[in-house]
Amino acid sequence: MSLWSRISNAFRGERLNREIEEELQSHLEEAVASGRDPRETQRAFGSALRAREASHSIRVAGWLESLLADVRFGWRQLCRNKVASAAAVLSLALSIGSCVAAFRLIDALLWRPLPISSPSKLYVLTRKMTGLYGKPVENGHWASPEFKVMRDAVKDQADLIAISDADRTDITWSTDDDTEKAHVAYVSGNMFPIFGLEPALGRLLAPTDDRSHGDSPYAVLSWDYWNHRFGGDPHVLGRSLHIDGQTFEIIGIGPRDFTGTEKGTVTDIFLPLSMNRFATQENMTWHRTFLMLKPGVNAATTLEPLREELSAASHAFQVDCSTCFRGATRANIDRYLNQKLALYPAGAGISDLQKDYRRFLGILALMVTLVLLIACVNVANMITAQAASRAHEMALRISIGAGRRRLIQLILAQSALLALLASVLGALFAAWSAPFVLSLVNPPDNPARLALSADWRVLLFGFVLIVLIVLLLGLLPALRASAVRPVTVLKGGEDPHAPRRLMRGAIALQVAFCFLVLFLSSLFITSFQRLQNRPLGFSTDRLLLLQTVAGQGQLPPVWNQTAEALRAVPGIDSVAISRWPLLGRIAINSDISINGAPPSPTPAWFLNVTPGWLSTMKIPLVSGRDFRSQETSPGAAIVNETFAKTFFPGQDPIGRSFKRGANQFRGASEYKIVGVTPDTPYRDLRAPISAVYYVPFTEIDEKSAPRVVEFATFVIHTDAQDPLALANSLRQLIVQRHNGLRVSNITTQLDLVRDQTVRERLIAMLASFFAAVALLLAGVGLYAVLNYSVLQRRREIGIRMAIGSPRVGIVRLVTLDALMMIALGGCAGVALGFGAARYIESLFYQVKATDADMIALPTCAVLLTALVATFPAVLRALRTDPTEILRAE
Amino acid sequence: MAKTDALQGSLDLLVLKILSRHPRLHGYAIMASIASTSGDVLRAEEGSLYPALHRMEEAGWVRAEWIKKDTGRRARVYELTAAGKKQLSAEESRWQSVSMAINRVLREV
Repeated sequence: MSLWSRISNAFRGERLNREIEEELQSHLEEAVASGRDPRETQRAFGSALRAREASHSIRVAGWLESLLADVRFGWRQLCRNKVASAAAVLSLALSIGSCVAAFRLIDALLWRPLPISSPSKLYVLTRKMTGLYGKPVENGHWASPEFKVMRDAVKDQADLIAISDADRTDITWSTDDDTEKAHVAYVSGNMFPIFGLEPALGRLLAPTDDRSHGDSPYAVLSWDYWNHRFGGDPHVLGRSLHIDGQTFEIIGIGPRDFTGTEKGTVTDIFLPLSMNRFATQENMTWHRTFLMLKPGVNAATTLEPLREELSAASHAFQVDCSTCFRGATRANIDRYLNQKLALYPAGAGISDLQKDYRRFLGILALMVTLVLLIACVNVANMITAQAASRAHEMALRISIGAGRRRLIQLILAQSALLALLASVLGALFAAWSAPFVLSLVNPPDNPARLALSADWRVLLFGFVLIVLIVLLLGLLPALRASAVRPVTVLKGGEDPHAPRRLMRGAIALQVAFCFLVLFLSSLFITSFQRLQNRPLGFSTDRLLLLQTVAGQGQLPPVWNQTAEALRAVPGIDSVAISRWPLLGRIAINSDISINGAPPSPTPAWFLNVTPGWLSTMKIPLVSGRDFRSQETSPGAAIVNETFAKTFFPGQDPIGRSFKRGANQFRGASEYKIVGVTPDTPYRDLRAPISAVYYVPFTEIDEKSAPRVVEFATFVIHTDAQDPLALANSLRQLIVQRHNGLRVSNITTQLDLVRDQTVRERLIAMLASFFAAVALLLAGVGLYAVLNYSVLQRRREIGIRMAIGSPRVGIVRLVTLDALMMIALGGCAGVALGFGAARYIESLFYQVKATDADMIALPTCAVLLTALVATFPAVLRALRTDPTEILRAE
Repeated sequence: MAKTDALQGSLDLLVLKILSRHPRLHGYAIMASIASTSGDVLRAEEGSLYPALHRMEEAGWVRAEWIKKDTGRRARVYELTAAGKKQLSAEESRWQSVSMAINRVLREV
């Protein structure tokens, strides 16, 4: 109460003084009225001023009053240099906003704990092993039978939970005609109880739902899905849902915030693990395995023994597993058996998005920090210059008794004011930019979805950031200004170079940071350009892809007839079928053996295609011919050049034979090569070209009977520029044929290629944005410092000109220091750049940090900016009129 | 001088006591009341009365209010708060024990 009134009194200091004055006055009048002598009364009262000051300081929070005075003074200072202040606030706002936005993204994806009980006790199991191509790889997916073995092995200290990734799946609420997509995850029944989650409605899955396959046809909807799909309708309980031929009953709605453990994907529907047909297969690794320590178990001491127990259980399972390695080579089996099990904290969830974007977000954080530092240096320079021009005033304040603390407070108040103004604008910028950047991570099939809440974590980060900025901006200038020695300053003899030295150091720092940002940006931009312009070997022009499913499967003739019907549609140039599209989500490889020899160490990737697929994709033949319509698989094969080089080095592959996956595929699997194509990327634009072979669409079994095809992709080359224009009518056409085929997904080959570069595109875009900002800010900073130094040295320049110094001499005087600082900063920037690039090499595509143009580009940009920024200062120096200056001084 | 010294440290007590007897007094009246009740022995230094009043006001022992007097001028009158009454009894008992102790010392000598 008392403190509050003292604080509120600080805001009305003048009125308070008047009140005290009035009270004292009424005392004197009262005394006179009671018959005392006015002069005696005055004397008895003593100093009215002292009484007033005493009362004032009792009734007002003094620190606040002086702070308010400093803030008012700082505000007037800012208003005096409107343009400079506005530039400072804007540049700070932009960089603070970028920092906060980057923090929101990083926090939401990587750090924020899942909304479950005790997320810090949650771990995820992965296995490390040597990959197919000899590199170490890490696999986080497990087979359900193996999961059960491991679960039983550690059940005293920890619970194991199985959770599959949330796949975008076809689901049906009533009839087949209105199929829609939802993200479906299979989870073990213990997940909800162990995570401490309560249903918003109905019941959640429970351990009793881990029955044998097919016995628990129950589904739980996530709160988010329930709301946006059903508008929160409680009658959804009891409805049935069809997925992949199975029917599920909705039994409950999950808790409000829980959207699964896969950060970046929102799970819509949770199904029991046991309902997936993979749940009983020993060799199908398809779900993640989490470990939750039991209450009271100490993580530090238990984790390693737990890991060893799990490892032993997993190894025993693999050794016993009869089906796990069917058809694998001895080397591959050893590779699997020598895997090392690892446990990682998973309190913030686990997802591929995290894996793919972790380093990217690190780069983003580095860039926004550098830009913020550049902006801070600019503003600190501005404050230093202003403080230096007020050296006289400071000296005067000190000599009449101002404490140095008060002077520091004076300057810190100004920087705090700047930072606060900037942070308001910055918060607006962050509120807009974080969701915007997230929306760019937008593969059409699976756009990233994250909860970007602005809660206490973000606020705390913003607050700490502002405090740091205030100190960064104000502390050095404040300490400098408060350290003035009144005697020397008032004599006019203080070292005029001192503030300039500080500012010159600042130039070097800015140039170094700016160079680093530019260097990294040019690496990322070039990387993206090379990736985007990489020769594909096929044409993406006007290629529509209808990814089509056929329930339990249809025979190849049905598919071919449908393709024929599509061909008849006007506006369609050609139609072919492949089992899956190139550069899509599916990629399958097999072992290759030549002449009955054991399988080769490197596998080859394959794809089933119909005749005409090559010409529709505009993939030419190097030699040989396309498939004929009666050819089947096994039988004929077309291979790419890498395949030919790998398996038939120095020979003509046409007419030669190979076998695939010795035991992987049942029955004879002998193929005769009929054609050779150039290399094309198969599954990843970035990966080196691997061996690929194409086989006919029609597959036959041991008895030469054709096999049914459950899914395939119609590859359609349209006449119209926009292939998607025809998509809906073609989908209708397929539905109307009533032959069990249904289009599940519509896309274009161009989109699939673009999806491969989403991350690179995003990095390149943000990098060029921050490079531009960094360059602009550094240029403005350089300009301001040089301009200030010319103003400061007016007198010296005037004298030099008066005694006949040549213009070159003046130019050198003005720019030499700055150029040296730029050179120094540039060298530091190169060193920093090489250091940083080493950590992120894997993000580059065919670009090296040591490439000459990677260094030349930023160097040119920095030099050009420096040139533009120094020009006005040089001009001003040359225009100095000696007579005018000397007269004025 | 001797008169003010006697007041050292007990101005609060006197002001609180006066206000407990006569609520709603302004500064001059409080001073006059101290002087008259003590038979002109105790005289608060006029200049230091107001800082003391304001300090007690910030401490929440008294509350002040502006009133309009018959003469048309405004005056600031004070009255005790609940906290002030508590403070008064505390100060009173402290004073009693101190003065008793002093008396004991004086008697010994």
